[in-house]
Amino acid sequence: MSEEVQYSKNKLHGLWALTNRELKKWYQQPFVFAMGIIQPILWLALLGKAMNIGNLFSASSLPPMPQLTPALTPSQLQGLGAYFASFQGTVMQSTFGTADYFSFMAMSMVAFTVVFTTAFVGMSVVWDKRLGFMNKVLSTPVSRSVIILSKVFAASIRAIFQAAIVAAIAFALGLSTGTNFTVWSIFGVFAIVFLISVGLASFFTALTLRATRMEMPQAIFQLITLPLMFASSAYFPIAQMPNWLQAIANVNPISYTIDAVRRLMVFSDGFGPLPLDFAYVGTFAVVVTAICVILSWRYLNK
Amino acid sequence: MSEKEDIIKVEGLTKVFNHNLVAVDHIDFSVKRGEIFGFLGPNGAGKTTTIKMLITVTRPTEGKATILGGDISKQSMDVRSAIGVVPQEYTADEDLTGIENILLCADLYGIPRSVSKKRAADLLNLVELTAFKDTRVQTFSGGMRRRLELACGLINRPKVLFLDEPTLGLDVQTRAATWNYVKMLKQQFGMTLFLTTHYLEEADALCDRIAIIDHGKIVVIGSPTELKDSLGGDIITLSIQKTQDITDLISKIEHVKEVKKENGSYMIKSSNGELTAPLIIEALRKNGHIVTKLSLTKPTLNEVYLLYTGKSMRDAEESREGVMQQRMAMARSHR
Repeated sequence: MSEEVQYSKNKLHGLWALTNRELKKWYQQPFVFAMGIIQPILWLALLGKAMNIGNLFSASSLPPMPQLTPALTPSQLQGLGAYFASFQGTVMQSTFGTADYFSFMAMSMVAFTVVFTTAFVGMSVVWDKRLGFMNKVLSTPVSRSVIILSKVFAASIRAIFQAAIVAAIAFALGLSTGTNFTVWSIFGVFAIVFLISVGLASFFTALTLRATRMEMPQAIFQLITLPLMFASSAYFPIAQMPNWLQAIANVNPISYTIDAVRRLMVFSDGFGPLPLDFAYVGTFAVVVTAICVILSWRYLNK
Repeated sequence: MSEKEDIIKVEGLTKVFNHNLVAVDHIDFSVKRGEIFGFLGPNGAGKTTTIKMLITVTRPTEGKATILGGDISKQSMDVRSAIGVVPQEYTADEDLTGIENILLCADLYGIPRSVSKKRAADLLNLVELTAFKDTRVQTFSGGMRRRLELACGLINRPKVLFLDEPTLGLDVQTRAATWNYVKMLKQQFGMTLFLTTHYLEEADALCDRIAIIDHGKIVVIGSPTELKDSLGGDIITLSIQKTQDITDLISKIEHVKEVKKENGSYMIKSSNGELTAPLIIEALRKNGHIVTKLSLTKPTLNEVYLLYTGKSMRDAEESREGVMQQRMAMARSHR
């Protein structure tokens, strides 16, 4: 036991080891892996496909108009129907910016997969505390920031992977891309999804740093995900919301992520505020991660 | 042993949870190089809190401690690199295999893979888990997990190894095996070991020195022999056929410290019962006495414990309800 070995003095040593530990729990368990993508697929296939808002404007959905019936020939009636039906494209474009509701909705699901995935990062923090694993790691020369960053990165890698799967499924279900879409858009989507993943994973980790009970991260998940979802542009354009909800949606980083993903993939009216989206989500990620790391210095040692 | 340097030095170490729950109350002690030092006390006495402060997981409220010269609060990274920890819980990751767990620990110490692979193989061999190295820990028995924890705790070749209740919940056989590992670490590698236990026989069998801790305070420190001797030594109880008084006769025998006559039998305190007993029998026979009954009682740590804390270990164990309340208060303060 006398042999001296030069140990790593790198401040980030152990980061990959701890991140990989988390990831192994995921990719070595096909069931857990599959469960993680089922929820967004349900949203996509059920809500995205069933809520066919565009169809509201089709001719068949128009009621017969008794006062006009005698005056109009069947061909004139058909023409009137076609006139209303032509609203569909215009109204969809001007309200949602896409040709169909599914394409609008599917892109928000890409962003929401991130929320579903990162919200559970707190479970693994509490789990490690309860099993004593956290104490063991705290007694080794691993920096406290690394312990937290490993959780954040593992959750982010999972989130990016699952977001990619959701995007692929959206394509398979008939996503219609906009004129903005190029191959580079895919890299852009990965970049914004990475930023929001890091931000949200840090956010959920910070909330559970002091928790010792399993119920805590579950409660946070219940409390935060739905409001986060509805107070964003996930289902409806922000412009359609009442003022008070607009105020919330306009500070919600999810709105900016969804906007970026839509602009890159399904919109056709230019990139416009895309730099703002990236700046906002990037700042959110950096600030929240910094706060989470600072809190970890304070709270991981009791 | 007295010339040896102090590896662990603790002065006035205190931990208060929630501003009012004193878990550890101004304790002082030191542990010398190559020593097995034991913290003995009932559940809730402050053993684990002390160990958590020493391994830099919990911050002390007051006081100071150094390990290998490094302050646990100020030079915590140096301390962490030099120590090994075998926690009370089974902390190995169930989803990983034996070897993956050991290599994970190695990575946490920043040990390069080229070195850690060789070490992991040696350690698996040492704890006799080589055959199970690629098996998921999920399937391991309690004893195997304990051994894996030990291997993880040794991966950085620590100068000091902390073992928190190393045999808690283990069967008799596995406990004996664990004791052998602990003794081997001291003998083969000259490692300094700090362990906590609430098993008296464990402290007696393993430790060079023991600190008895109760309600967060150290009540006495010494080697098991010293502590037992402080009770006044062994007790020989003796009866003879005749009613004649033999107090003077026995008092002159070597190692005898005190002779008392009670209800016709004699209570003899001796600093070395094994030597004294045959001498007494011989002296009595020479003087024509016939011994009808003789028994020798060695003092146990339980009696030491009783003497210093005013209650037996068992009674202390039975006050579990109080301990649980204390634990809950501590858990609350962590939130």
